[in-house]
Amino acid sequence: MKRKIHFLRVFRGGVPWILPVLVLGVWLLASERSLLSTRILPAPSSVLQSGIELVLSGELFGHLAVSFRRAAAGFAIGGSIGFLFGLVNGLIPISEKLFDTTIQMFRNIPHLALIPLVVLWFGIGEKAKVFLVAIGVLFPVYVNTFHGIRSVDQGLMEMGKVYGLRSWSLFWQVVLPGALPSILVGVRYALGVMWLTLIVAETIAADAGIGFMAMNAREFMQTDIVLLSILLYALFGKLADSSAKWLERRFLQWNPGYQKG
Amino acid sequence: MAVRVWKSSGSGVDLKIRGLRKEFGNRQVLSGIDLEIQPGEFVAVIGRSGCGKSTLLRLIAGLEEPTAGELLLRNVPVRKPSPEVRIMFQDPRLLPWKRVVDNVALGLGKGEKDKAKTALRQVGLHDRAHEWPSVLSGGQKQRVALARALVNRPRLLLLDEPLGALDALTRIEMQRLIESLWLEQGFTAVLVTHDVEEAVALADRVVLLEQGRVAMDVPVPFSRPRQRGHGAFAALVDQVLRRVLGEASRAWEETDGPAMTEAAEGMTPVYALRRS
Repeated sequence: MKRKIHFLRVFRGGVPWILPVLVLGVWLLASERSLLSTRILPAPSSVLQSGIELVLSGELFGHLAVSFRRAAAGFAIGGSIGFLFGLVNGLIPISEKLFDTTIQMFRNIPHLALIPLVVLWFGIGEKAKVFLVAIGVLFPVYVNTFHGIRSVDQGLMEMGKVYGLRSWSLFWQVVLPGALPSILVGVRYALGVMWLTLIVAETIAADAGIGFMAMNAREFMQTDIVLLSILLYALFGKLADSSAKWLERRFLQWNPGYQKG
Repeated sequence: MAVRVWKSSGSGVDLKIRGLRKEFGNRQVLSGIDLEIQPGEFVAVIGRSGCGKSTLLRLIAGLEEPTAGELLLRNVPVRKPSPEVRIMFQDPRLLPWKRVVDNVALGLGKGEKDKAKTALRQVGLHDRAHEWPSVLSGGQKQRVALARALVNRPRLLLLDEPLGALDALTRIEMQRLIESLWLEQGFTAVLVTHDVEEAVALADRVVLLEQGRVAMDVPVPFSRPRQRGHGAFAALVDQVLRRVLGEASRAWEETDGPAMTEAAEGMTPVYALRRS
């Protein structure tokens, strides 16, 4: 019986991976039968080989580190500004009146369209990329934090006041936990935007990073490296999403909607 | 003069309400309430929907401010929520992100978790202390809310139709629980309810609000535990109900109040009630 349950759990955990494995299988088959020219789609084996070479030379980790640093910096800066503004505007009506309209106006400018302007202002160095990621991350975090704060159950606020909670404990015990589901939605969305922005920003002009690696490989017709970088992007996107899911499970375990079904 | 049959104890506070008025915009909800509640007394406030009974309770709790009049708790005017006053709402209002025991311990200091566990034991939910509120039933959640209200030994407990959303059987169990805790701790209790039978079962005194004023104030002269099956009990419930519905208002005035004709077994001698 225990073995059966264990098998079922492993099986259920493996279900999301059925499709990727299938795609991989088709890819392998196609390259074995030489259905596609290697210039269009290199064989998985050559991708794997280039990958191993890059890992051994230390280059891959170098690029990864640079990309990761840019993403983390942009997320930290944009996320904190967005969070703080969302908090303040949500709690203090005057602040909302002052700032919200301006923020909404900026939000509707597609930040990737600002790239030429950003390059003019910041050049093509690290600052430009981090700036782009930051403004990409700022708005989803702001909107969702603001909404979360405003949607806190007023009945619970009233109860808190009657039961002796004063402003700081009221905020910490009622407002913030109540806003957390919405804030985490903002974080999850922002993680996606962060990665997308980074990919695009790294193609503009760079001297390191996964995007640079891909661009460079394209110049030299090394399609297997291009494919490798795309796979890496996909993998890290999944990683970002998984960390968001972990956050939700950790902080929202009280919510029946987030409990393991 | 009506006879009061309540248990006087040192743990309750007295409440004096004089000429209390409350308006919302240009709508007058309370147009002059005069009421005096003794320490340890259990008073039920009944009336039709929209008669202002919840508003009265919220004013006593300090959640609203009166438009005019006096509301004195131990001779001190009520301006904001006081630590001696606790209120139980119609919905449990538990914080879903805190475990049951942490909900009960809300507002307690650090290291007072034992008080919370004791309170949970009193309402019979000691074994659910570490669960999330979302897994409890409606009745269980209200029991946790009751434990939370009583954990810090309040001097005045306000109950805003707390049993309205529960099924009939759970309601009766909760009534018994509230009564036993009140007898044990001796706080002053004000219960707002639309259920006349509940009011007569629990309270020492039943107050009817009509058109923003106190229209009736009758004592309930039965001993505890109240026996719902008894004729005198049912008769009082019926008469109060008819007064609320406006059916017997003439008859009430004419006969000078209901006269009890049965002295039931196990109940204290019954007095003729007169509208005070």
